[in-house]
Amino acid sequence: MNLAPNLDWVFVSSSPLSADELCKWATRPNCGAVVTFCGTVRNTSTTGHDITSLEYETDVALAEARLAEVVGEARSRWGEIGAVAVHHRIGTVELGEITVVVAVSSPHRQDAFEAAKYLIDTVKNCVPMWKREVWEGGSAWSEEAHDIVSVRKR
Amino acid sequence: MTRVLLLGPAREAAGVAQDEFDGDTVGEILHSAVDRYGADFERVLAVSQIWVNGNPAELTDLVGPYDEIAVLPPISGG
Repeated sequence: MNLAPNLDWVFVSSSPLSADELCKWATRPNCGAVVTFCGTVRNTSTTGHDITSLEYETDVALAEARLAEVVGEARSRWGEIGAVAVHHRIGTVELGEITVVVAVSSPHRQDAFEAAKYLIDTVKNCVPMWKREVWEGGSAWSEEAHDIVSVRKR
Repeated sequence: MTRVLLLGPAREAAGVAQDEFDGDTVGEILHSAVDRYGADFERVLAVSQIWVNGNPAELTDLVGPYDEIAVLPPISGG
């Protein structure tokens, strides 16, 4: 993984994600706080099956454009934040693996915590992404699906 | 021809992730898509949002050969 030199880094990838890598990337000399959030595959679901993996799909260009919009909105709300990364996995993601990582640095911790929460909540509400739940002997689209929300309405 | 992206359950119902259609408006093209893919796709389309070039669109919007229509069923990311 190349370390992007700029302050925003959105990425949709079929390769495993690393919170450590994003934490290091987001660490900046003027920032005393880095908050990372990871979403991981859990074994329970609304359908009652024992989940073994999730399968995510999207159009990468559409999803990355929307991720960039979400990051831009976070910057307009928390003007002091430093580096911001949001990476989302696609393809098959096994139980316990990371599906999404958010990393935010800022001079002080409060902005980093608030922006990180905003980012993951808004990604879930606003970014085009679809997951199938996979269990022994079957699979189905997640029943948690909801309409896409405009980023500005969040 | 206008490109149409079919995502998630819309991709599954259509059997393809992208396709091309003739038509002057979003509505005309989606009508042709229902004719081509059938009732399963029509059911998914009924609950989907439609974007053109990354922005929400109306059925009456005009489209041309350089536009890209996306059919986006309810999402489940994160």
